[in-house]
Amino acid sequence: MPSSNPQLNSNGELHHLLSIDGLPRVVIERILTTADSFINIAEREVKSVPLLRGKSVFNLFFENSTRTRTTFEIAARRLSADVFNLDIVRSSAAKGESLLDTIDNLTAMQADIFVVRHAASGAPYLIARHVAPHVHVINAGDGRHAHPTQGLLDVYTIRHFKKEFSNLTVAIVGDILHSRVARSDIHALTTLGVPEVRAVGPLTLLPAGLEEMGVRVCTRLDDGIRDADVIIMLRLQSERMRGALLPSAAEYFANYGLTQEKLALAKPDAIVMHPGPMNRGVEIDSSVADGDHSVILPQVTFGIAVRMAALSIVASSSRMQ
Amino acid sequence: MLELDAEAIYRHLAQRAREQFVGEPLKLVGVHTGGVWLAERLRQTLQIADPVGILDVSFYRDDFDRSGLKAAVRPSQIAFDVADAHILLVDDVLNTGRTVRAAMNEIFDYGRPAKIDLAVLIDRGGRELPVAASIVGATLELPADVGVVLTRDDDGRLHLTMEKRGAE
Repeated sequence: MPSSNPQLNSNGELHHLLSIDGLPRVVIERILTTADSFINIAEREVKSVPLLRGKSVFNLFFENSTRTRTTFEIAARRLSADVFNLDIVRSSAAKGESLLDTIDNLTAMQADIFVVRHAASGAPYLIARHVAPHVHVINAGDGRHAHPTQGLLDVYTIRHFKKEFSNLTVAIVGDILHSRVARSDIHALTTLGVPEVRAVGPLTLLPAGLEEMGVRVCTRLDDGIRDADVIIMLRLQSERMRGALLPSAAEYFANYGLTQEKLALAKPDAIVMHPGPMNRGVEIDSSVADGDHSVILPQVTFGIAVRMAALSIVASSSRMQ
Repeated sequence: MLELDAEAIYRHLAQRAREQFVGEPLKLVGVHTGGVWLAERLRQTLQIADPVGILDVSFYRDDFDRSGLKAAVRPSQIAFDVADAHILLVDDVLNTGRTVRAAMNEIFDYGRPAKIDLAVLIDRGGRELPVAASIVGATLELPADVGVVLTRDDDGRLHLTMEKRGAE
């Protein structure tokens, strides 16, 4: 079936991973199932498989992110790919080379997969349109737009602890407006059939159009997390504090910070997630971050398996152009 | 479509296993899916305590660039210590030998076994690698376009069917 989705090839297979928006449910489920098979590998004597031997993965980070870059690097190495980290902030971009010139040069160095983090929304799409047919692009976060592997590892984590999506209430709390993680989570959760997704935060940090995405909007934390099965806390970026959007970190914590007291409103077996890095005492209390309900560290572990699945599935579609 | 007596062929394989491995501290590893069924049967026959190790060799195949990753990869799992073990690797059909190579590579990523033997229900020839089975249920000469498929019914009985590839 021909597809207008730039992520899918003519057979409907995932060729680039740019956004969860528009991905069919079967594609998402295939990534989660494949990730299951990568989980045990970390416990073996040899922690890698030879699947992408001879392939070159270029991590192109136009915006700093040690954690995401490191987990992509670990994922690619565990697939036996050759990994090259390019810190573009300090190199050619600073010398005035255009984005597409950079891509052309790296393709001439036999790149097979680009993992791209960029401050501009849509930059990975531009690169995906530009590259040769055998080259794949994975979006590692673009502007406010999307962070698909974070969305996928979040639903993987939820599936691991809750088994089913069809009876869940998931609350996403914090700066929804500026969050590519929130956007990717919402698309993943609604595509997988979660019946109630709530966006919780102050009105100044809630974008328009959430209801059209199938999301219930809550401006009070109590309403937002009451009887929730899953609470995803978002990082509050400090630069938001300097603008007019928020009064102060202390007031934000008083209204939207997740404390043990607030957490008691959720289901007794609720899980608490956070994409990291956390601001303890701003969006989440330390006792919650380190508490029994927290699955924040399993998220990191699962993130490697999910990124291994994404890399191997996009690489798998090479011969289908 | 032609059906073979899979249970009779299995009995022959089990008899060969008893003769060859009597008294050996064997550990079993089956290749998804048919090899796992056979390994589970052999585990009872040979009264082996350790659970059967399970391999899905998708991440070790040599045809990733041609065929990609199959849609439903299942987790591999070997619960016993592979280091210094005598392993009987079990698969349903031995053909080119490429699956066996992939399986052996995967086993070595769990540890260094003392020895690996290979048991297959059907050896259909067509080898492309220097691989030979230690014990075989039946040897068949088959045209390249005929496939052999092992299935298991709800009662646990094995069935072997031969059919032209590409035919529905």
